[in-house]
Amino acid sequence: MTLAFHRPSSIADAAKLLAGAEDGKFLAGGMTLLPTMRQRLADPSDLVDLSSLPGLAMIERTGDGLVIGALTRHADVAGSEVVKAAVPALAALAGRIGDPQVRYRGTIGGSIANNDPAADYPAALLALDATVVTDRREIAADDFFLGTFETALETDEIVTAVRFPIPLAASYEKLRSPASRYALVGVFVARFADGVRVAVTGAGPCVFRSADIEEALASAFEPSALDRISIDASELNSDLHADADYRAHMIMVLTKRAVAAAIAGH
Amino acid sequence: MTAIGIGQAPKRKEDVRFLTGRGRYVSDIKLHNMAAAFFVRSPHAHAKIGAIDSSAALEAEGVVAVFTGADLEAAKVGGLPVGWGITGSDGEPMKEPFYPVLAVGKVRHVGDPVAVVVAETPEQAQAAADLVMVDYEPLTPVVSMLDALKPEAPLVHEDVPQNLCCDWAMGDEAAVEEARQKAAHIARIELVNNRLIGNPMEPRAAIAEYDRARDHYTLYTTSQFPHVVRFLMGGLVLNIPQHKLRVVAPDVGGGFGVKQFHYAEEAALTFIAGKLCRPVKWVSERSEGFVSDRQGRDHVTEAELMLDENGKFLGLWVSTLANMGGYLSTFGPNIPTNLYAPLLSGVYKLPAIFCNVKVVFTNTLPVDAYRGAGRPEATFVLERLVDVAAIETGIDKIEIRRRNMISKEEYPYQTPVVVEYDSGDPMACLDKAIEVADIAGFEARRTEAARRGKYRGLGLSTYVEACGLAPSRLAGQMGARGGLYESATVRVHPTSHVSVMIGTHNHGQGHETTFAQIVSEQLGVPFEDIDIVFGDTDRVQFGMGTYGSRSLVVGGAALSKAGDKVIVKGRKIAAHLLEASFEDIAFEKGEFKVAGTDRAKTFAEIAGAAYVPHDYPLETLEPGLEEQAYYDPINFTYPGGAHFCEVEIDPDSGEIELCAYTAVDDVGTIINPMIVEGQLHGGIVQGIGQALFEHGIYDEETGQLMSGSFMDYCMPRADNLPSITISPQVTACAHTPMGVKGCGECGTIGSPAAVINAVVDALKPLGITHVDMPATPNRLWAIIRNAQSTSIAAE
Ligand SMILES: Cc1cc2nc3c(=O)[nH]c(=O)nc-3n(C[C@H](O)[C@H](O)[C@H](O)COP(=O)(O)OP(=O)(O)OC[C@H]3O[C@@H](n4cnc5c(N)ncnc54)[C@H](O)[C@@H]3O)c2cc1C
Repeated sequence: MTLAFHRPSSIADAAKLLAGAEDGKFLAGGMTLLPTMRQRLADPSDLVDLSSLPGLAMIERTGDGLVIGALTRHADVAGSEVVKAAVPALAALAGRIGDPQVRYRGTIGGSIANNDPAADYPAALLALDATVVTDRREIAADDFFLGTFETALETDEIVTAVRFPIPLAASYEKLRSPASRYALVGVFVARFADGVRVAVTGAGPCVFRSADIEEALASAFEPSALDRISIDASELNSDLHADADYRAHMIMVLTKRAVAAAIAGH
Repeated sequence: MTAIGIGQAPKRKEDVRFLTGRGRYVSDIKLHNMAAAFFVRSPHAHAKIGAIDSSAALEAEGVVAVFTGADLEAAKVGGLPVGWGITGSDGEPMKEPFYPVLAVGKVRHVGDPVAVVVAETPEQAQAAADLVMVDYEPLTPVVSMLDALKPEAPLVHEDVPQNLCCDWAMGDEAAVEEARQKAAHIARIELVNNRLIGNPMEPRAAIAEYDRARDHYTLYTTSQFPHVVRFLMGGLVLNIPQHKLRVVAPDVGGGFGVKQFHYAEEAALTFIAGKLCRPVKWVSERSEGFVSDRQGRDHVTEAELMLDENGKFLGLWVSTLANMGGYLSTFGPNIPTNLYAPLLSGVYKLPAIFCNVKVVFTNTLPVDAYRGAGRPEATFVLERLVDVAAIETGIDKIEIRRRNMISKEEYPYQTPVVVEYDSGDPMACLDKAIEVADIAGFEARRTEAARRGKYRGLGLSTYVEACGLAPSRLAGQMGARGGLYESATVRVHPTSHVSVMIGTHNHGQGHETTFAQIVSEQLGVPFEDIDIVFGDTDRVQFGMGTYGSRSLVVGGAALSKAGDKVIVKGRKIAAHLLEASFEDIAFEKGEFKVAGTDRAKTFAEIAGAAYVPHDYPLETLEPGLEEQAYYDPINFTYPGGAHFCEVEIDPDSGEIELCAYTAVDDVGTIINPMIVEGQLHGGIVQGIGQALFEHGIYDEETGQLMSGSFMDYCMPRADNLPSITISPQVTACAHTPMGVKGCGECGTIGSPAAVINAVVDALKPLGITHVDMPATPNRLWAIIRNAQSTSIAAE
């Protein structure tokens, strides 16, 4: 099948092109989509390249939050003084995604639209209670990540930005897959005036929050508050690099580290 | 314009083209009217092949032809040959089933090629490959060796009962039994040497061309040994006369053994180019390499070390299952036998050794040499056992090694397993390593780590390797079907520039620099004026290629012999020009001199005169200055050394950090210290890869390769590694011309045991004596958790 390549210059055109395509795909950094096509796991009829859309590669500090445009590359988030000042844990997370090549191509919008169960950003969005802004609506992170590679997005819906509230303290701890560098387990802990949110990626079929951990930390934001909690391994992933028991154990190890780091960093 | 000789460290000549992107690799070559091939490969580990329907593929856009095993069979194409034949302890030769170029009747591993689609472009060939309908009838695969040997196991080859290729042994079983009776202590170990996938940076590739006018074939291929490919493929598979076949291996981006075999793709492409009278190209994809490159290691071993009450070694008993995969590859059966058992004495006096190896077929990728090839496996068994003995007897790990080491004075040393070490000084290596690695400070480092909640461990491995493959006489006795000498031609041009034609192959090792230094030293010719030519059977007279740390040891020796002949010839010319007798001409510092006088001719003058024989006495002096030598070593060489590794393990998570690595290696005379250091770094990192990261894993039920991409197969990376300290120790080899021993594989041989010994040492408080490779965080965490729960249960 021949592949049609489009590079629209407006968001509206991009959405229209996709809606009109037989089996179209948006292309951002291409770090997930292109390998998938090379392996012949995806064979789209149309690629709608988002790279020329204006204003989507941006980072901005607003009154009560931080806005990151969908086309902002991981390396730019990692290196941004604005992000480092507002949510240092987010910059650090971006700086540990994959390898330099991936960080210079991959985008936050692509990462969350793809929703790989081992991706890092979904944990940040969920723990920070972020809002996904699209060309047609706003979606709370809690409603956005639905399942393995599944999100609330319509097929022709374009993520334009992510809006993050600023936490009092936050930290992300990750056990990397030694091979791919994706998260075998990643835990994002964010402390706000009104509570604590904790999101876990890599361990299950989709990023998730742990109510047990959040409650324990809400009553005392310190590692020892977690001593009595254990995670049920039965719902977790097992693969060549980590079995479910190990993942369950590592969720707690990493959460404690993240809490300690959040306290120390504040 | 200077001579740069032995011991200096000029920057590598070849790096200018590599670092500026001007290397010329097989995939860079584009021939007129070239078609593209794509291999249709088996998705099953074990299946009967029924009908193959290529009709839809043939209709697809751009498709030129489709070939299957039946086409090759009809043309009487031979099977892929094995270069070594081993014989079982019962006197039976190994079982050597037919290895078809394209599968016939059955597929025996995932990735086994069943058809080739040729099209105008690679994309068309790949797309059409999906349309080749192969009627597979899946059979139960045998995946693990233990299963393969069971009586009820399915057979990989119908004519190989119990999947047993050969039941092989070396050494004296009765003597070991006697040692067992006398022993005060027997240390025992069961271990797995994990399967590795080589993954050179450049994937394999080939282009075949047929010139109908000259009835002549050319194969461009990513090979470590083009002359051997010409012989094996032309002589044994395709029946192409040697003078009608040229094999070119241009720049090759890494080999590590993966490219030292004759592969099915080479033969298939050459066959097809002849049939179509069109050049055909194939470039492996990375994921294709995972299921079509030969793989390495894969042993299951039990071993026992017998000691007397003073910790002296009395005997060693080793029993190994070695995986061959689905077919016998070029050197396959030789690796876990002849390159394994003779290394089991290590640097120790071990009076009795017995080693049994069962060589087994399974439905996995064929296994053959991978950097180190047999010797890392042997070192791992021995050095792990020595550590187990140290733990169990309470003798310090350094002390127990000292008590048993061969001392410098005891060389040459005959081991009970065939080989005689010509030279070495393992004690000096160990002493130096102890100092460089600051072993005296280790306990303080361990205490400090414990304060941070970390387990710190110190691992030591000594090793010896037999390399410089190989003395043909000895190799012949061990089953080699060819010789293992090397050849070099030194061509001095009239301008005194020098071209060296050599049969080894440079694919990253720096030969163009090292060999030029040898010539520069020997002839006094400027380093820049020397070119090393390799990798083309039409330009280089003959050769066995590069593997087994042989290029400098055997090729460099041939080169220096050829250089000696050039000097002799130069003296003859000088004698004529200077009207002196040949005996009176000495060659020194680039000049031919009449002894005791100041009459002399420079090397350049002689080179010029060699080609202007206006007044030559032609009956006694030929024009020209070009000489050739073949060199066959009289023994292997035996580099060796001592490696120390320090690790820290987080007992909470099993995460492991390599904190320090020190290597003291004796590689004999060092030609270029920078290159030697690079070779050691690379080798050590590959060994660390095996110890901590790499694992070719097959699904036990289906035989699918689970770690079939870089998403799951973990290569070591810079940020996994400490800065490695290399500190050489030199004893010259007693029998090679320059005293060199070879350094290509040392690092890979010493390091896995050093790393795992460090891991086990770190976990010593838990009473653990062995950890299998790779020591991943998950594995370490599970071990720590089990040990803690058993100790809690015991309390
Ligand atoms: C070797 C390697 C290692 C990696 N390691 C990590 C890691 O450690 N952690 C991690 O989190 N990720 C990792 N990744 C993934 C990486 O972060 C990708 O960049 C990311 O998942 C996808 O972003 P992209 O911009 O490349 O998207 P693309 O590949 O271009 O697109 C991905 C998907 O998202 C859709 N899409 C893209 N942009 C939008 C948009 N604005 N609106 C709607 N849909 C959109 C596309 O249609 C496509 O379906 C790794 C990738 C590789 C290749």
